[in-house]
Amino acid sequence: MPDRVLLTVDGMTVDVPAGAMVSAAVAMAGVSAYRRSVSGEPRGPLCGMGICFECRVTIDGRAHCRSCQVVCQPGMEVRTDG
Amino acid sequence: MADREFDVVVVGAGPAGLAAARRAAECGRRVAMLDDNPQAGGQIWRGASKEASGWMRPGVEWMAGARVFDAPAPQTLAVETFDGECRVGYGSLILATGARERFLPFPGWTLPNVMGAGGLQALAKSGMPIAGKRVIVAGSGPLLLAVARYLRAHGADVRLIAEQASLSALLRFGMRLIRHPGKLLQTVSLRARRYITSCWPVSAQGHEKLEGVTLRRASGRTWTEACDYLACGFGLIPNVELAALLGCRMSKTGVEVDEHQQTLVPGVYAAGEATGIGGLELSLAEGEIAGYAAGGRHDRAEELFGARASHRRFAAALDQAFALRAELRDLPRPDTFVCRCEDVTMDRLRACSNWREAKPHTRCGMGPCQGRICGGAAEFLFDWQTESVRPPVFPARVRSLL
Repeated sequence: MPDRVLLTVDGMTVDVPAGAMVSAAVAMAGVSAYRRSVSGEPRGPLCGMGICFECRVTIDGRAHCRSCQVVCQPGMEVRTDG
Repeated sequence: MADREFDVVVVGAGPAGLAAARRAAECGRRVAMLDDNPQAGGQIWRGASKEASGWMRPGVEWMAGARVFDAPAPQTLAVETFDGECRVGYGSLILATGARERFLPFPGWTLPNVMGAGGLQALAKSGMPIAGKRVIVAGSGPLLLAVARYLRAHGADVRLIAEQASLSALLRFGMRLIRHPGKLLQTVSLRARRYITSCWPVSAQGHEKLEGVTLRRASGRTWTEACDYLACGFGLIPNVELAALLGCRMSKTGVEVDEHQQTLVPGVYAAGEATGIGGLELSLAEGEIAGYAAGGRHDRAEELFGARASHRRFAAALDQAFALRAELRDLPRPDTFVCRCEDVTMDRLRACSNWREAKPHTRCGMGPCQGRICGGAAEFLFDWQTESVRPPVFPARVRSLL
């Protein structure tokens, strides 16, 4: 298994350690607003453990994935709406 | 019909679940252990820890990334994975669903980079670089110290730790620790220079993301610290949603269990933080007892009763020392969001008399987290009972529900 994984966050290539979560990759891409709330506020991860749903993003076209519970895979395309 | 059948199914792969699965397997039972995280270890042993692998036992069927969302038939769980859905049947069930942080609302708490204390630690353990970042750790409980230590060890600039409990409450607690020598080590850092007691965050500021935190001491002194992250949690609350769905009764602290960790539903056990917040050692002891009991070895289970009683006394003292102060109820302003999923403000909730009324009237607790975040706040702010559960206990894909 390679030490590093390359994926994209909002079209930008990010290089993360193998085993890193998508939530970490989004932060490493410099994004702090993972999503917008129903009233338009920027939101980012709160609980880090799959409870709060604040870190949800779109992964390879699948919406509402909790980024803190998905391990980064090579070539993954992550989109935030922040 | 279940797709897979096991003698014992353990939900949760933290310390309690790992211990339960291991002991049940040692009793010769066919055991499966499920967790919605990709790795075993739970929160305290997050991320391929040696401790977690030490408790893993070959022969236990380990189902990672598996989230239980319903109990559609007797002795059957509906489980969703990243790729699909399946039914898992059990003879006995052990709920080791752990705990989550309690979050309390204050102005600015919804800004990006305001996180749970455990939340920021989890993110750092998930690969996010924390070196050089200015962090304020705040809230309540021994978790703050563990988190600060971890973040510092990974290069973070931990500016201060604000503990809302008073020094006198912590010293009274410290005296009781003499009876628990294993815990003494944890108190050493209580004396750290930047550990400020009777101190709590009153607001967070920033544009699009956090830039600073205003803190207050009980004396009234209020000041603002610039920072990149606020790691803030006010103790832990048990995850009891699945137990409630199965009809288990709740005690004041969590899922109610008998001396063998069995709930009021025969064949359903609960262990660890789900039964009441008590820490690592208590979780392991309860997990082992539940595993032995589900495996039919009550004699082995009973050998652990003494250790469990000692850990429970410690947990009770901890709970008393870190009791939340009443001033924290005054932190939200009328326009502060309490429910983050549906953006429901404090003044709208104040107009309601209970949780049942608040849900349909304001949509509080009706979003994706299903009240897991705002419920803990509402319990503290309004003394509301918030445990009412309907399937699915987690949002599930429509395909999984058909």
